[in-house]
Amino acid sequence: MEREKLIKRILTVTAISAAAGLLVLFNFIFDSYMLRIVNLAGIYITLALSLNLIYGFTGLFSLGHAGFMAIGAYTTALLTMSPAQKQMNFFLEPLVPWLANVEWSFFPALMVGGLLAAVTGFLIGAPALKLRDDYLAIATLGFAEIIRIVFTNMQSVTNGPLGLKGLPPYTNIWWTWGIAFVSILFMVYLFQGSYGRAFKAIREDEVAAEAMGINLFRHKMLSFTIGSFMAGVGGGLLGNLMGTIDPLMFRFLLAFNILLIVVLGGMGSITGTVISGIVITVLMEYLRFLDGPMDLLFFKTDGIPGLRMVIFSIMLMVVILFFQRGIMGNREFTWDFLFKPDRLKKNNVEGE
Amino acid sequence: MTFEMFLQHLSNAVSLGSLYALIAIGYTMVYGILRLINFAHGDIFMLGGYFAFYALTTFLMPWWVGFIVAIGLTAMFGMAIEKVAYRPLRDSPKVSVLISAIGVSFLIESLGVVIFGGIQKAFPIPELFGQVMKIGNIYIVSVNFFIPVIAMVFLIGLMYLINKTKTGMAMRALSRDHETARLMAIDVDKVISYTFGLGSLLAAVGGIMWGMKYPQLYPLMGVMPGLKCFIAAVVGGIGNITGAVLGGLLIGILEIMTVAFLPDLTGYRDAFAFILLIIILLVKPTGIMGENLAEKV
Amino acid sequence: MYILRTDNITMKFGGLVAVSNLNLEIRQNEIVGLIGPNGAGKTTAFNMITSQYTPTEGSIYFDNNDITNHKPYEITRLGIARTFQNIKLFKEMTVLENVLVGNHLRVKSPLIMSVLRSPRYKREEKHMIEKSMNLLKDLGLEESINEKAYSLPYGKQRRLEIARALATDPKLLLLDEPAAGMNPQESIELMSFIHEIREKFDLTIFLIEHTMQVVMGVCERIYVLDYGVTIAEGNPYEIQNNPKVIEAYLGVN
Repeated sequence: MEREKLIKRILTVTAISAAAGLLVLFNFIFDSYMLRIVNLAGIYITLALSLNLIYGFTGLFSLGHAGFMAIGAYTTALLTMSPAQKQMNFFLEPLVPWLANVEWSFFPALMVGGLLAAVTGFLIGAPALKLRDDYLAIATLGFAEIIRIVFTNMQSVTNGPLGLKGLPPYTNIWWTWGIAFVSILFMVYLFQGSYGRAFKAIREDEVAAEAMGINLFRHKMLSFTIGSFMAGVGGGLLGNLMGTIDPLMFRFLLAFNILLIVVLGGMGSITGTVISGIVITVLMEYLRFLDGPMDLLFFKTDGIPGLRMVIFSIMLMVVILFFQRGIMGNREFTWDFLFKPDRLKKNNVEGE
Repeated sequence: MTFEMFLQHLSNAVSLGSLYALIAIGYTMVYGILRLINFAHGDIFMLGGYFAFYALTTFLMPWWVGFIVAIGLTAMFGMAIEKVAYRPLRDSPKVSVLISAIGVSFLIESLGVVIFGGIQKAFPIPELFGQVMKIGNIYIVSVNFFIPVIAMVFLIGLMYLINKTKTGMAMRALSRDHETARLMAIDVDKVISYTFGLGSLLAAVGGIMWGMKYPQLYPLMGVMPGLKCFIAAVVGGIGNITGAVLGGLLIGILEIMTVAFLPDLTGYRDAFAFILLIIILLVKPTGIMGENLAEKV
Repeated sequence: MYILRTDNITMKFGGLVAVSNLNLEIRQNEIVGLIGPNGAGKTTAFNMITSQYTPTEGSIYFDNNDITNHKPYEITRLGIARTFQNIKLFKEMTVLENVLVGNHLRVKSPLIMSVLRSPRYKREEKHMIEKSMNLLKDLGLEESINEKAYSLPYGKQRRLEIARALATDPKLLLLDEPAAGMNPQESIELMSFIHEIREKFDLTIFLIEHTMQVVMGVCERIYVLDYGVTIAEGNPYEIQNNPKVIEAYLGVN
């Protein structure tokens, strides 16, 4: 057994090193377009993990994720932009003085963005988490919309519907995948531990969980707040990758994409989220050609905008109707298949 | 603000509120029976408007024929959605159906962009509804008079259906208890289908009248009204039809009158419904007409 | 002296009175039974004690604390654990994980320490795992620790529920129909098992049961409910010969 553990550990370290090596390679050989996809994949993994924590693992169907991302993105943007850039942006109405001359480096800005998102999550969670599934969904969606509408109107802080342009491009592969890696590690350790089990218990059967002494409200709030923090950081990364943000970026469509990743990968599976995060990001870019003009040698079309979303919607429907459990269900990747293939079979009594 | 301006705003508010009421009824009926938030309902409303548009412009039907065709088509569409996307998941965890509903909603919206095109289309308003009438110093478009009246007519029709027909009684029974209803030899599938058909019908009527009042059609036009109308249903008491009507009127009037009196808040207009939702969920989650849909341990 | 005492508790759902004026007195280390025809209000009584329902009237005292208005998790922390009539296991979690969840309420390390794997947390985790493994061994489930709860046969699921409840370190254990679905041989094993755990874990046990063999064999005192009303109370011999009890179960002569 000890030997097995050691081998597994070596395998894991090797795999991580290989992944890191791959990232170095990408950074070197890819052009900026491909790099953007790689970066986006990392960001979406972090975002999807945050939703998986709240929904896949703890069972709280929150649709308000875009709101936390918006808070993170705007906070990070406003803290990292130079005063000159800010002045250029805020030509309709000047930015409030206490933000106008601030210029921070990336990491503290990200952290503050995440923290603000977490605080908002705390405030929203307190009333909303007491509600049942579907009411929780609508309440969180409502909060996200309120945040978006407020941002669209606070001209002197967020520049309103014009959004912010010229965000310093701090996001690079080390930030996106570094944070993704930390998020994955966090989730793995969390769910190997007692609190992770408590979250899962809440998802499985709230009444029984409470009967086993778990303070439902406190644990739901913990899960929700941590998830909001991660979403805020993800939002910050996204903003400084895109270079521009505006309130319209954070409407429900964004939450839908994240939800798709979680559902496709398997709710309650970290591995599934990572895989499907990469798959969806690549697909999103790859299918972009459908929206634009196509030149198929013998036949040109002007592109069918919206076709991409059609395909994604169909994907979501197919998964939820036929493969409810997604790619991985709620299983995780282990090295067990190398040692005892039957051990895996014994655990999968039900199959997919 | 002069009295006349107030009247103008009020007529606007009541007609908007009536539209919201029509759409909210669909949400509340479906939720009452299936405990499902039909996210796609707002998009059905959009389809009603577009079907009518094509009926009148491409197929050149007389307006009253086109409207009926559009309403019928939309109702069938609504029933089809139930059969394909919701019925298979009836025994699955509730959240699966919610996700399916979200998927359907996005699917309809993106198909709308692909098929109808994202550019706004002008609705061909029949003369009857497009008359601009001068009352005193203000101008009111005739459609604003028709909307509350038509809404009222449909509402009365609906109440009759629910209270005086067998199917209506079956619907009411189902919203109380599925198991028992099934034991009473009620064909659950048929009644659910019927409910969706009815709800979609009303939404289509709403969509057509919306097209005449705000004569711009675009594929995402159902998103905001859809959300607001679900909120209206919650505010009024989910599962309760009268509540839905009250909620719809309340939100419509709140939206217009608040902006009328406080024009600085125009940008926040869409947020009022959400704020109202949060307040209701905190203070009286069962809504104004509050029916307790509690669950036993 | 009394570990659990209820003072005229009544449960009304709208117009329906499920339980009326229930006065329980349970002494430390007793094994007490609660019986009655179906629908008599037994599980409702349990639900009131563990606070899934708040009594419409009356109060409940545990270890001299008034627990009437406490939340369910607070009651578990004070030392009352229960199993459920319709098994409420964490289906997608493994057998071991189910029992480990029962340990969570005693964890002192905060969440962040569990992620960072502080030495203190690691010790707590090790202790939890040992304790849970021992419980599972006691209940004959050690072969299945990595199987998902839903895949267990019915009898083992019932045992798992008990193991999970025991993991919370209770003083008072409420068992809701522990013998349901068991054959006579298993019921006898259950009876000696109940005695064992009372000894081993210094428990007081209050159980709802329909299998008379178990009730009469293991309970020192029995309460009988019918339509929410307490119609009898006494030791097994007294209950077996009580005409009101016989009438309630068999109908009028």
